[in-house]
Amino acid sequence: MEISPDNLICWSYGPVTLNATIVFTWLVMGIMTLCSWLVTRNLSTEVCIPPWQNFLESIVEGIHRQLREILGYEIRGLYSFLTTLFLFIAVSNLLGAVPGFQSPTGSLSTTIALAVCVLLATPLYGIARVGFFPYFLNYMRPTPIMLPFNIMGELSRTMALAVRLFGNVMSGSMISAVLLIVIPLIFPVLLQLLGLLTGMIQAYIFTVLAAIYIRAGMEVEQKRKTF
Amino acid sequence: MDTLGWVAVSSIVTAGLCIMIGGICPAIGEARALVQALSSIAQQPDETSAITRTLFVGMAMVESTAIYCFVVAMILIFANPFWNYFLSKIEG
Repeated sequence: MEISPDNLICWSYGPVTLNATIVFTWLVMGIMTLCSWLVTRNLSTEVCIPPWQNFLESIVEGIHRQLREILGYEIRGLYSFLTTLFLFIAVSNLLGAVPGFQSPTGSLSTTIALAVCVLLATPLYGIARVGFFPYFLNYMRPTPIMLPFNIMGELSRTMALAVRLFGNVMSGSMISAVLLIVIPLIFPVLLQLLGLLTGMIQAYIFTVLAAIYIRAGMEVEQKRKTF
Repeated sequence: MDTLGWVAVSSIVTAGLCIMIGGICPAIGEARALVQALSSIAQQPDETSAITRTLFVGMAMVESTAIYCFVVAMILIFANPFWNYFLSKIEG
């Protein structure tokens, strides 16, 4: 029983090895790119739009509405970043129900990479909005003694973000694998259903928390939100 | 009992304790949060979407402690570093 798809080697030639995480990450990226290319190839602004365009539009519009409630104002690049995070995590969690597919979010390296993106995006958007010095003065709040604690808080919440997603996805696949040994009849299917729900909720929570962190970095005058 | 036996016994017992305490406490916390959110929704149905969003985020924060316990228990059972260390010492 493997605890993460990092240990499954799909292909290796000399020092170059491709593990299951990389393969399935590229598979998810390929599926998403292909689907959106196929759908956006012939967009229309008629009254009657194609059903798949309707589908994608409703997804993007729904995510943007949620983000607008959290962030408050429209920032184009940030919306694309957060929507991409949501769609990647959601698609790879949902495909985890397909037999033989190892969810790339069930590997700690993928989730840490995603969380590091959020960690880097927070100061970038904060500096872009409020300027260099006001942003870093934020770390000296309320007193300069709090500087190491603020930095530690930043790092630990990034780790919490990564471990939460990894733990949820890994636990889903692990529990169904354990149940397959113990009661192989119907219960694994029920837990797979539960896993679909958990996967969607975790994608939502990852995105919402990233949005909240970035928003907290963009607010300087008010008190920092400590999540 | 030799060292390897002690490592096995302590890993299994600790994993059980870890998931027990780490399952009970976040469950109590999440249930309290859910009760509060439900009564708030009953009082102010207009604020349902805001309450639900905050509830989900808060529950994820609470649940992450349970997930940490689960990850530690899984590491203790399936990927215990001390087990491999003592195993290599006995073999080599």
